[in-house]
Amino acid sequence: MLIRLTGGVVYDPASGVDGQQQDIYIQDGRIVSKPIGEFLIDKEYDLKGKVVMSGAIDMHTHIGGGKGNIARTLLPEDHRQDPVASTHICRSGCGHAMPSTFVTGYRYAEMGYTAGFEPAVLPINARQAHMEMGDIPILDKGGYVMMGSDDYLLRLLTAKKDQKAINDYVAWTMHSAKAIGVKVVNPGGINAFKFNQRKLDLDEQNAHYGVTPRDILHVLATAVKELGVSHPLHVHGCNLGVPGNMQTTLDTIQGIGGLPMHLTHIQFHSYGTEGDFKFSSGAAQIAEAINLNKNITIDVGQILFGQTVTASGDSMRQHANHKLASPNKWVTMDIECDAGCGVVPFKYKDQSFVNALQWAIGLETFLLVNDPWRIFLTTDHPNGAPFTSYPHLIRLLMDRTFRNDVLSTIHPEAQKMTTLASIEREYTLQEIAIMTRAGAAKLIGLKDRGGLSAGNWADITVYTDNVDRQKMFEKPDYVFKDGQLVVVDGKVVSTKWGTTHVVKPDFDPSVEKGLKDYFDRYLTMKLGNFKISDDEITEDGRGSITVHPLNGDVA
Amino acid sequence: MTDITEVPSPFCGIGTDDLTIRVDGVSLKVIENGCTVNTPAFEQAITDTSARVGGKEVSLEAAVAKAAELLKNTKLPVIGGCATDVNGMRALLALADRSCAVVDNINFTGARNNFLALQDSGWMNTTLAEVKNRCDLLLIVGTDLEAFAPRFFERYLWNKEAMFVQDTSAREVIYLGKAPSGNASTSPNGQKAQVFESATEDLPEVIAVLRALVKGQPIRAVSVGGIAVADLQILAEKLKSATYGVVTWAAGALAYRQAELTVQTLSEMIKDINDKNTRCSGLPLAGKEGDQTANQVCGWTTGYPTRTRFSRGYPEYDPFLNDANLLLDSGEADTLVWVHAFNVNAVPPATDLPLIVVGRSGMTFSKEPDVFIPVGTPGIDHAGHAYRMDNVVAIRLKKLRDSGLPSTADVLNAIEHALREETVC
Repeated sequence: MLIRLTGGVVYDPASGVDGQQQDIYIQDGRIVSKPIGEFLIDKEYDLKGKVVMSGAIDMHTHIGGGKGNIARTLLPEDHRQDPVASTHICRSGCGHAMPSTFVTGYRYAEMGYTAGFEPAVLPINARQAHMEMGDIPILDKGGYVMMGSDDYLLRLLTAKKDQKAINDYVAWTMHSAKAIGVKVVNPGGINAFKFNQRKLDLDEQNAHYGVTPRDILHVLATAVKELGVSHPLHVHGCNLGVPGNMQTTLDTIQGIGGLPMHLTHIQFHSYGTEGDFKFSSGAAQIAEAINLNKNITIDVGQILFGQTVTASGDSMRQHANHKLASPNKWVTMDIECDAGCGVVPFKYKDQSFVNALQWAIGLETFLLVNDPWRIFLTTDHPNGAPFTSYPHLIRLLMDRTFRNDVLSTIHPEAQKMTTLASIEREYTLQEIAIMTRAGAAKLIGLKDRGGLSAGNWADITVYTDNVDRQKMFEKPDYVFKDGQLVVVDGKVVSTKWGTTHVVKPDFDPSVEKGLKDYFDRYLTMKLGNFKISDDEITEDGRGSITVHPLNGDVA
Repeated sequence: MTDITEVPSPFCGIGTDDLTIRVDGVSLKVIENGCTVNTPAFEQAITDTSARVGGKEVSLEAAVAKAAELLKNTKLPVIGGCATDVNGMRALLALADRSCAVVDNINFTGARNNFLALQDSGWMNTTLAEVKNRCDLLLIVGTDLEAFAPRFFERYLWNKEAMFVQDTSAREVIYLGKAPSGNASTSPNGQKAQVFESATEDLPEVIAVLRALVKGQPIRAVSVGGIAVADLQILAEKLKSATYGVVTWAAGALAYRQAELTVQTLSEMIKDINDKNTRCSGLPLAGKEGDQTANQVCGWTTGYPTRTRFSRGYPEYDPFLNDANLLLDSGEADTLVWVHAFNVNAVPPATDLPLIVVGRSGMTFSKEPDVFIPVGTPGIDHAGHAYRMDNVVAIRLKKLRDSGLPSTADVLNAIEHALREETVC
């Protein structure tokens, strides 16, 4: 079947197309060139006056894995505010802060998103992450496997094993957990919490291993680079949420010595200690460092006001923040000599000085970082806000008047502590398309996604241009996933199953010798039972695995 | 005849995955690392291989069609048992969504003690590998742990080596409430567990006093539930001075009204200890025959644990009103679908309602169901996934033999497809 999308205004940064009128042809799920000679169009969509982008990609969203399910179980009262009934097409579920899997897929698609990546896949919990993502319809998905607080890595470091040994272990873990990236959360801090350490600075030693976060960041960032994994080491840094952590973040950037590194939800790591409340914005200094250091990419982790729940691997910092839980209930877990997690419900209030300034810090960061290819639009769903708030966030970025109107309503002391009112920048449609499409696909290393040129999979979103950008982005006219029309006028009209994106870097099989001994002596599972096989994702006939090339591969 | 090694068990809840099982045709024999829970569960013989409608053997297709017909005009079907693997639960929830049913897991009344505490105030918990490598003090509350999981001590406490405990045999084990039924908790060096025995129903008072002592509150009584307060004072000090204390309980063993308050008091006590410059964690015991699996899959599919209804088209959770037995007794339910792929003795409750059973081959009934479809057991007849007690780890279950029995997912998906033609809600 040949489909033509006719006359739309196309924003396709991957091909350098910036608002030009173009026709797009779709065949067998992919975008194709205009056929040569005479041809028959089976289905045509008249998109004159419409805005056309590729399907959006959320490169950091907590949509699969144990801590999310703990968050769900913890908050029945939140689900009751947003029940979702089944239809003849869609399954029932719940929405709001931590939606059910099916509703996650529908609501992302209804905003024009066609892929989401879970950033915190614990190796021991990776099965669950993939099983949950396996129940998210429409979206493509993938995960970054979490390392850095696992005892095996820390033992390798204490034993002064060489970088090759680390690389083999990282590659083996990516295979076992079916990952497309590697993440580190509070490097070594989750482990240190198990030894009753309650904070861990960049150069502070783990009480048992003597290893510092700086050591861990260096070996993991090196491993990811040397293995040829496209996505740089994904870093949730030390001291999340601590006033003054801006300096830790700047030191982390300097300390990585030019290696590629992605700093995630940087808003939570951009705090100074100035002012009457000893809490201030470090966004300007952080943005300056990002602008100068081309090896660094970031996503923001914008907070937006309202009820949500924070679900993180950072058991150390989540425990430290439990007194802020709203409602007052929270969970932390130590997990399998592998990692940990903490789940703390949060209500961000515009009349709280701290929350209001967090909001402003996130927006300052967006507006002060110059290169849209190195910054990504996230709320760290659900930690800063549920993903359903993205259209509102896009309006804040694209509409200075609207932004300043909201600014004028937040805590007055916070207004005084931010430069936001004076920042004139408004994001363009092309910049939004870079952050949420082309840039994200490039960062993760997705072949054939995030662009609209021939050869790409036909993940396409069509909007009606509207000066109210929130209205525009919350209700696309059409969304196509792999060429199938899945959304019309912001509602799901059909569903399908997306693929799971992975990479498979090489490793020396002898790495399993040391690992088998370690598993048999200390862990609770046989090595052979730990590794996830491809058929666990594909056996039900819905899932599939797409392996992406490594840097240096010949495509 | 083949021997299959490193077989994981979905039966014991503690994720044993080192069994060796001899397969001879369709008969199984556990030849290494069996226990009183796992061995009979693996060795249970297949009896029925054909589905029945009204007691007569029929094809699987005919049984599926009959089940769909029975469900077609129901107002409030109840799906009980809910004991199967992840794919089985996925299919079960799709069927519940389609038929506007109530789902309820067979172990939920026990698990409710945990869920109510979790949903009211939360907890700080740990998992089995952390216990194995870090625990220096294990407090067991109201539970005969070795009867619950016979190999717990061997695998997770008396392991020869641990990364962070110098001498594992020096670990301290203390029972509060119920005394152990055997000697599995005796250390390899001969040290017996300390037992502070009280009646199970006295545990609320005992635990309340223990928490007060941990917090340094004065207690006037000299004895509570038959235990000297002085002994509880020593226990409180031990919890505070342990490096990595672990407190464990089986929610179902706390079989008295409002036992959720005991779980809550324990969990809040653990939080208190973590504010006293040491670490301590909870370890709720569960994971038997798919209970954690049911709650996990229902959790991500609906937002809620099992005991959730779809009667208004969307999921609604009520840990009391959606009790399958209550709905059967009150006459609200009008059909019972019973799903239990693990245990032939876990038969449906007595009912006069139309009854569809999707059960492990070998199940026998005092009253023949309207439809009976024998299914394979996850981890024996087909591959699958099951959660163990600590809820983080899903184990990959193996297929051990070719029995030809369909999986729960096969059967429930087929019923759901057959129903799809009709509008039920």
